[in-house]
Parts: sequence; C-alpha cells; structure tokens
Amino acid sequence: MHVSISVNGEQVSREIEPRQLLVHFIRETPDLTGTHWGCDTSNCGACVVQMDGQPVKSCTILAAMCEGHEIRTVESLEVDGQLDPIQMGFHEQHALQCGFCTPGMLMTARALLDENPNPTDLEIRTAISGGICRCTGYKNIVSAVRWAAEYEAAAKQEV
Amino acid sequence: MQTPASFEYERATSVEGAIASLQRLGSGARIIAGGHSLLPMMKLRLANPEHLIDINDLAELSYIREQGDELSIGALTRHVELEKSELLARHFPLFRDAENVIADPVVRNRGTIGGSLCQADAAEDLSAVCSAVKAKAVIRGAGGERVVGMEDFHIGPYVTAVGEGEMLTEVRIPLRPGGGSAHEKVERRAGDWAIAAASAAVWIEGGKIADVGVALGAVGPTTIHLSRAEELLRGKAPSEGLFAQAGEIASADCSPSADGRGPIDYKRHLASVLTTRALSRATARALHQEA
Repeated sequence: MHVSISVNGEQVSREIEPRQLLVHFIRETPDLTGTHWGCDTSNCGACVVQMDGQPVKSCTILAAMCEGHEIRTVESLEVDGQLDPIQMGFHEQHALQCGFCTPGMLMTARALLDENPNPTDLEIRTAISGGICRCTGYKNIVSAVRWAAEYEAAAKQEV
Repeated sequence: MQTPASFEYERATSVEGAIASLQRLGSGARIIAGGHSLLPMMKLRLANPEHLIDINDLAELSYIREQGDELSIGALTRHVELEKSELLARHFPLFRDAENVIADPVVRNRGTIGGSLCQADAAEDLSAVCSAVKAKAVIRGAGGERVVGMEDFHIGPYVTAVGEGEMLTEVRIPLRPGGGSAHEKVERRAGDWAIAAASAAVWIEGGKIADVGVALGAVGPTTIHLSRAEELLRGKAPSEGLFAQAGEIASADCSPSADGRGPIDYKRHLASVLTTRALSRATARALHQEA
C-alpha cells in the first residue's frame, strides 16, 4: 500500500506492507535513524516519537495508521545548530551514558514540558516511567528535565 | 525482529462502514484501535487477523458523558482521557485509581477502553473496574445494538460476547446516589500487569450497603465476579470485619495459577488483602470520609 506521512514537517511517501511498524518506517527514511528500535514489546520506550504532540511508542503503531498525523522524531529537536533546552539539560546534567534510551526520553520529556512547563519531580518520574534506562538510575534524567524547565522559565521571563 | 504476519489494512470512516467491512470479511477481520494489546499479540502470532479495520478516525466513538441516569463512555476513549476526566473521577474514582497504574503514560496515550475490554485478558484492569461498577457493553452489528452486562461480556480468556460482524461501541454505567468505588493493584514494577488486582464499588443507603460490586483481575482465567462476596455484603452495615470476611471469600473464590509473578498462595493472599482494601476505600469515598 502507499502511505504518505508527515515526519518532522516533511511528507514522506513510500510503498509499504500494511504490517510495517512506524519505527521501521521512520528508520528506513534517510537521515532518520535517531529513533531507536529497542524491545519491540512497548516496554522500553527507546522508540518513543510524538504523534500530534503526544509521545507514543512507534514499535506498537502501524505506519499505515499514521497517514494524516504529524510525527516528530528526535531529529526535530535541534534547529539550525541550536539544541532544544531538553537536549541542553541532558548535556548539562549528564543524563546519558550509552545513549540508547535517550531519543525516547527526549521526546517524552519534550511532550511533558509542552503540556506542563513546571512539573514536580514525581510528575517527571511518572512521565518517563514508560522508558527504561539501564545506565543512569534516572536521577540525572530527572535533573535534566528540571534543568530544561527552569531554563525555559528563565528564557520566558527575559522576553 | 518482531513483525506481525501479513494482513490487509483498511481505515473505517464510519461505524456503519466498519461493521459492513466486518460482515463482508468474516472471521478473519479484526478491529484495531490503539493496537497496544492486538499488535503485541500479532507479533507473537497469538492473533493472526487477515484484515485489520482501523477505527482511529471515528471521533464519534471518543467521549465520556452523562446521559440521563447513565454515564456513557465511547469505545475509542483512550486511557489518558479516562485518567484525566473529572466527570469520571467524580462518579467513579476507581477509574483513575486503575488508570494511574495501567501500563505507562506513553502507552495510555494510545490504548482505549474498548480495546482493553475486547482483549479480555484476565489481568487487564478495566475489565475488573467495569464489572465492579456494573457497566454494560453496547455491541453494534448490522441488525442494530444489543446491551450486555459485564457478567455476560467475558465468556472466557480473550473471548467476549462481541460476535462476528459486531463491534463494541460504548460502555454504559448506571448512575446511582450514595456510591463510592476503588481499585487496588499490586504489580512487580511500575507499568507491569497486575500480580493481583481488586475493584470494588458500594452504594450506601441509610448506613447499610444497598448494593455492591466486587471483581478481581489476574487471579483466574478471566476477570472474576465475586458474587458470593456481594451477597454477603448486601444489606449489611459496612465494617472492617465484614470487609475482611469478603476478603476471605475472594481468596477462596479466585483460581490463580503460579507463574513468574508469584505462587498460588501469595496470589490468594493478595486477592484477600486487595478486596478488603478496595471495599474499605470505596466505602470511605461513598461516605466522604476518605483520609
């Protein structure tokens, strides 16, 4: 079947089998291998992308179901060399070691701050509970999201 | 790599169209909504539909509203909407109790109430929740609608009353005064299936339990309706001693199997403790005495 999906604001059109999962559709697109394919069972959260602004697990969505929806991947965060505050927070707070979970964590955290600009630590932990990180113990990820929230709040005040 | 076996895909543009497709395609066709139960089953080849009918565009099936003396929930209503609905939390707080511990927030953005109920996994929380509040399932086919109580909806493991050429469109819950409800669950880690779960709803009139619903998840081949415990409780004044007795019935009337989540005696113990806790919290909410 033919599908045309908006990925990071650009239409990606391709012939696919109906059974193709969104994560593979994305990763088979040139320059879009940032989304990681992990457990394949909707447990680990490495494959999280945003669908119409909401974080979703792309290993458990058919690409065919995404036509007409806006998909955003980790590649959309950095714009013209400028990192998203979430990415800056991960850098500042050392929120990754191996980095495998990071794309999913970033997209989940970005969606959280878009909905709730000043989350509590518990709200951050709940939001990222669909992602598994085997390196950091989560503490630095929580610190990174908090750092980004504070950075964005300060940036807003300056305007 | 886990990928489902091949199938044909089509997108429904109306409920009538989805039903017409189901009728035309026969037993090889399945509805897909959030897909977070069905796709994992398909990857494991435990489900092998030849045709998938995607109903995600049917916005008319996504709602939570009060209609007369009933609360109606559209089958396509997602977990996140059930979790955040103030209307639902006001009338049936056990939905929020359950939604806070169903999978994780990212999964809850996709999964739906209709998909959860139709999956009919014994460990699935909303089946116990809907049983406790005495919900009714609205099933639509080419010949019109029929309404089935939850006790008749669950036929067996992964089998429901929804027949060939039919789909679940709505869940209806009767609204009655004096009600309170709660859902209790123990899981190995955040987001896991229950080791055991208990849902309870009580309706208090004149200091007595006028009606009650209790159901268990994950401790039998299907959701367990605790009718013997309900009979014990009905007409009596609520007390911790009475709830403990109901817990003993729960422990006796469930039929857990030993697996990676625990041995049988542990699960029976949990069934008892969680039933007692759920009844206690449901009653406190009915009496507006929740700590």
